[in-house]
Amino acid sequence: MKTAAPPPPAMREFWENLRAAPRRIVETAFRSGKPTTDRTRSTFVFGNVFLHLHSVRTHRWSLRWTTTMGLGIASLSAFLITLVTGVLLMFYYKPYPDAAYVSMKDIHFVVPTGRFIRNIHRWAANVMVVTVILHMARAFFTASYRKPREFNWLIGMGLLVTTLALSFTGYLLPWDQLAYWAITIGANIAQSPREVTDSLGITEWFDPGGLQRLILLGSDVVGAEALIRFYLWHVMILPLALAALIAVHFWRVRKDGGLARPADADQRLGPPPGETYPIFTEAPAKTYHLAAIVRGRTPLVGRGPENTVPSMPHLFYAELGVLMLTVCLCLVLALVSDAPLKELANPAVPENPAKAPWYFLGLQELVSFSAFMGGLGIPLVVLLGLGLIPYLDREEAGSGEWFGGPGGWPLVRASIALGLGASVVVEAVAIRFGWIREWFPKAPQLIVTLVNPGTVLALIYALYSVWLVRRYNSARAGALGLFTCFLCGFLVLTVIGTYFRGPNWVFYWSPADWPGH
Amino acid sequence: MTVTPKPPGSRLDPEPVPRRDVLGLASIWSAAAALLFSLFGMLRLPKAAVLSSPSKKFRVTLPDTLPAGEALLPPGRSVAVFRDAGGVYAISTICTHLGCVVKPIPEGFECPCHGSRFAPDGSVTKGPAPVALPWRKVSGGGATWIVDEGATVPAGAKVAS
Repeated sequence: MKTAAPPPPAMREFWENLRAAPRRIVETAFRSGKPTTDRTRSTFVFGNVFLHLHSVRTHRWSLRWTTTMGLGIASLSAFLITLVTGVLLMFYYKPYPDAAYVSMKDIHFVVPTGRFIRNIHRWAANVMVVTVILHMARAFFTASYRKPREFNWLIGMGLLVTTLALSFTGYLLPWDQLAYWAITIGANIAQSPREVTDSLGITEWFDPGGLQRLILLGSDVVGAEALIRFYLWHVMILPLALAALIAVHFWRVRKDGGLARPADADQRLGPPPGETYPIFTEAPAKTYHLAAIVRGRTPLVGRGPENTVPSMPHLFYAELGVLMLTVCLCLVLALVSDAPLKELANPAVPENPAKAPWYFLGLQELVSFSAFMGGLGIPLVVLLGLGLIPYLDREEAGSGEWFGGPGGWPLVRASIALGLGASVVVEAVAIRFGWIREWFPKAPQLIVTLVNPGTVLALIYALYSVWLVRRYNSARAGALGLFTCFLCGFLVLTVIGTYFRGPNWVFYWSPADWPGH
Repeated sequence: MTVTPKPPGSRLDPEPVPRRDVLGLASIWSAAAALLFSLFGMLRLPKAAVLSSPSKKFRVTLPDTLPAGEALLPPGRSVAVFRDAGGVYAISTICTHLGCVVKPIPEGFECPCHGSRFAPDGSVTKGPAPVALPWRKVSGGGATWIVDEGATVPAGAKVAS
């Protein structure tokens, strides 16, 4: 009997390698294996290009619910949701006037799940605006913008502006009445420096407003050029910019030693839970040779990282939880409320009232007194003020604590009262008695531009803030008051613009009182 | 006079600029300047030399029955054409505040967006509009007139019919 010749070794090796290939692909992709020990948990984080934006271990203070309320990750989650749903919508959307509207109708009525996907996209965008604003408020009220995090605060402001720009550019794309007139108003706000150049009589030679509008629209009317430009910004330029800024923002959080926390955070947290495996079994006696090339204090010099826990699983599970909550929220909102789609854009008949998205209605309320001051002047001053906060407040007391710093919560409470009161009173005067144009019809335009309810309100807040700086002898106290006041003013103006303004931008207590058409 | 020896610098101190680095710096700055100029070139692109908007000139027929001082609104155009004893004139219906379309009313014009009001001659009477509604150029005679939405004339310049 002849036995078959054994296969040559090369062939046997080939078959074995082929059989092992799937397992080896997984092994080489995830080199560290399952994160079951502290060591593999560490390599799980720093061996992964996406996860290594986190540090390997996270301080227990950062994981407390009240430290961040998950707002940053919620913003990121909302962005990811808009990214996914936005790409899906691009399968059908056609950025050309009228065709755009028809394709929106297709998405709404014909495309399977189209309406649902569009609703999610719209709600996630709204959730993102809210969480970004709240996240900024959190970072401010916990004084987390201080050294060494100053520049990250500026990047965060860039993220806020980019988020609002994404919302604004997305608003035109349905090409319905709502979109057309909101963008007409927006483009004319871009042109509003003319309000100043006109009253100075220099528009003929120096016309930044006209140029801004022309660049924004690509034409002198809101038409095909404007739509393709807004589309380009919305699906390409701004998302890429936002993604890049997010990466820098997160990377700097890590480089700045994680989230800000009070100096006595370790004492307040108490001893770590029993099951925590200590990192240093004795006090650190290491000499930091590498520290020679690092300026300033490194986060862990002089103390052990005993109050940290592995980011995998503690931080990642928390982040996953926030992501799932955000997804749930967007799904529920998308189920209960449809994104609006009005009739086809009609350049001859303005919407009455023509309202921008809700987060711009506070600005629209200011714009109804002066286009330039409400639309550009005051927002620019507010952005400038916000950007300067970390460079003017160089104090240390209260970092990482809610309402930390001189004054604390009582000061914030008083500022809320003043912020709400002043904005309501100024608005009430303007609504009840009119403003300069009604009192002095011949008043020059420059006066009307400079002195309007918006600027008066900003001045009241600024004076109050200066008074706080003197009273508490602290820049932080002034910043606390100013930021709180502006949040309150934003809230009051937005509520008035949303609920109490009807046709011709007249004040009505309820939409039921609006005159019929 | 004693010569104090230069204290040994730390590795962390910035190094002085040696002469041979001048060439390096010059090349870096020239690269930066070149990139900056190319950026200006690219910024030139988004501003079109010719705008894609439709023609601003159009023909309009004024009916004999048009009452004096009553607005005629040519469809698809943003002007109101009037005829009275003084002649024919056209006033823009684009609000000077934020570009909404104003509506002719007996007292002048009214903007639906932010409540600006204008007198019959286009001047602002109420609301946030910063300047008066501009008058547009009209030409022609008899029943047919040519209105140029792109050309502004001083307020009050009526063309005798």
